[in-house]
Amino acid sequence: MCLAIPARVISLESGDMAIVALEGIKKPVSTALLEEVTVGDYVLVHVGYALHKLSEEEAERTLQLMAEAGVLAEELEEMAGTSLEGAER
Amino acid sequence: MKYITEFRDGKLARKLARAIEREADPGRRYHLMEFCGGHTHAIFRYGVQDLVPENVQFVHGPGCPVCVLPVRRLDDAVELALGHDVILTTYGDMMRVPGTKQKSLIRAKAEGADIRMVYSTQDALKIARDNPDRQVVFFAIGFETTTPPTAVAILQARHEGLTNFSVFCNHVLTPPAIAHIVNAPAEPGETPVRIDGFLGPSHVSSVIGWAPYEPAARDFQKPVVIAGFEPLDVMQSALMLIRQINEGRHEVENQYTRVVTRDGNRKAQTLVAEVMEVRDAFEWRGLGTVPESALKIRAAYETFDAESRFALTPKQSREVKSCECPAILRGVKKPTECRLFGTVCTPENPMGACMVSSEGACAAYWTYGRKRGEAVRETAA
Amino acid sequence: MSGKPGAPEARAGAVDMTHGGGGRAMAELIRDLFQRHLKNPALDQGHDAAVLDVPPGRLVLTTDAHVISPLFFPGGDIGSLSVHGTLNDVAMAGARPVSLTASFILEEGFPLGDLERIAMSMARAAEEAGVPVVAGDTKVVERGKGDGVFISTAGLGVLPEGVAISPASARPGQAVLLSGPIGDHGVAILSKRENLEFETEIRSDSAALHGLVANMTDAVPGIAVLRDPTRGGLATALNEIAQVSGVGVVLEEDAIPLRPGVAAACELLGLDPLYAANEGKLICICEASDADTLLAVMRAHPLGSESARIGFVVEDAGHLVVMRTGFGGERVVDWLSGEQLPRIC
Repeated sequence: MCLAIPARVISLESGDMAIVALEGIKKPVSTALLEEVTVGDYVLVHVGYALHKLSEEEAERTLQLMAEAGVLAEELEEMAGTSLEGAER
Repeated sequence: MKYITEFRDGKLARKLARAIEREADPGRRYHLMEFCGGHTHAIFRYGVQDLVPENVQFVHGPGCPVCVLPVRRLDDAVELALGHDVILTTYGDMMRVPGTKQKSLIRAKAEGADIRMVYSTQDALKIARDNPDRQVVFFAIGFETTTPPTAVAILQARHEGLTNFSVFCNHVLTPPAIAHIVNAPAEPGETPVRIDGFLGPSHVSSVIGWAPYEPAARDFQKPVVIAGFEPLDVMQSALMLIRQINEGRHEVENQYTRVVTRDGNRKAQTLVAEVMEVRDAFEWRGLGTVPESALKIRAAYETFDAESRFALTPKQSREVKSCECPAILRGVKKPTECRLFGTVCTPENPMGACMVSSEGACAAYWTYGRKRGEAVRETAA
Repeated sequence: MSGKPGAPEARAGAVDMTHGGGGRAMAELIRDLFQRHLKNPALDQGHDAAVLDVPPGRLVLTTDAHVISPLFFPGGDIGSLSVHGTLNDVAMAGARPVSLTASFILEEGFPLGDLERIAMSMARAAEEAGVPVVAGDTKVVERGKGDGVFISTAGLGVLPEGVAISPASARPGQAVLLSGPIGDHGVAILSKRENLEFETEIRSDSAALHGLVANMTDAVPGIAVLRDPTRGGLATALNEIAQVSGVGVVLEEDAIPLRPGVAAACELLGLDPLYAANEGKLICICEASDADTLLAVMRAHPLGSESARIGFVVEDAGHLVVMRTGFGGERVVDWLSGEQLPRIC
């Protein structure tokens, strides 16, 4: 439900509009739902509206957590002497 | 694609898969309901179920706005388009959903109705501006994510003095539906669906925040993890749920921190509250009548409410007999347990909404799930 | 749809009913607009039917109807598309195209300037392809009974000795090759659709593929299947082949060439690039031992420089097309049901 895609704001236009870009695709979106927005922000685009800003720090942190989840499991496995790492390759 | 591709990385997926395998207790089963069709779509599209142990099962929930819209409301939209000479605008998702006697908007269009697909409410407003001598109705569907754009359109129409624009409002609310699923007694002859935890809505929560799920988590003692829609988000959220279940916790946790906060988007909430109010009750396909589960347009904005502008005739709307959409939406049955699935009902000739929407469980099973067909068919037989 | 402002030789006026009436107005339209641009000896004979000298070999004949909105799009228009599409239908049989015909159904009120642009674009495409339009016809329908212009074409070709390409010839173990990135045409068209407008550098890949095919069949006459994945995209074309040949196909998602801009447009609109249309790409199914030879030939041709081996044919009673996702799972790639509509959920 609710297809929404992060895209970068590249310019602010009149009438609560902005242009967002994603890999060379440029699309006008409404910013009427945002308190404030600046060029360079990543926003979540849904049905032609910027719904929410995306926190770049949180995105990095989530990716970090994902990477660590695996590492932790591998370490535990190694401690138990049943590493799957070798089997996978 | 920044902030998209990273969350579809196969290497990280294998790491998370190992973590899940490590932490999931082989002695118990984990029934995780993904409320949203977006999660269902990701699970099938990327083959997430292939990557998690067999005892971690995803139960597909009713979070597909196209699927939960009762046939009567769709029949009303068809009536608006065919019987009231309006330009009916709507999102592409609704075009092929069958109403009573399989009549969809696409068929109504073939019969001469002026139905136009839009990508945004801004497009619907533009059509109204360009056709001042025609009534333009926006057939609004969707959860809390899709509601604010409708509210903005109504406010904008009023600001511009557009007198030929109105909204047929079918916006529904997520938390009451979740509470209803946990609370509802099974229908006679049905085994109640077992849910150990919820993958909570991602984009809905970007608007309403994660606080509204706290009562459900507390009262029903079910953990909720607000989960992003990319496949790695789904896997990490499953891991977080497994941890909560193992530890006997039932909290609302937020995996989708890059977008969702506790309070959500206050400005969007304020705009919606200005234009709309909660209905006493609303019918959901599959869930029946759920109290305080939908929005209607406030009396102050009555002129923009298609339901007060046009006199809709009461109708005897009927779903296809033996279509199991309702039970599938409750998570009680799998699509393959429906007699119509894959025989009478296919994406080319859908009998129910779950086969139309690309997030509907039936369409997802049909499109992506047949690889595991043998096992699935055994269950059905 | 109006012509580009300031286009050279912008002809004034619009199509009216007399242009289809069989009288002088029609004769002038045909002479000044079609014959002038599409000039070639066969057409210049002025017969209702062209008399052709055809090289020896079995004949291949195809017919194609072209309706498209918008008529003009980044990378082409209905004129060039009608030429390329027809030539590709001939080429996918492994044949060398010899000549084309074209009929125009014009809607009353259609700007003559736009019609001339289309005729010129058609002439250019035919000339580049080295295949003349040898016969034509024009009819006019009343305003509201057409969508500007419809073009119906026929293509004639000759099959070289030893080539037996058929959608029914795919066999387990064979390789699946693709001549370049998918979805360019579909996205270019969508970018100009009313209400969806977005800006993109992506242009339609519309192109005539018979030159590429000739190089391929010269190198490997025993190619099993050739198919241009037009409407319905790669997914639908492969499903058709799997069905007709009675086999399954396994695809490697990461091997399928896809431009980032096409991927992004599809994300934004909720579409799947596997179902997006192509007008200048081909799928080739061949013996695995011929795959490297063919890939080298394809990559040496300007229209195949991004060719890739994307999968293989397997035995499968269900005739499924299955894709191994970059994420590590598997999924069925089904037929397209109905038109792919932009979605919000």
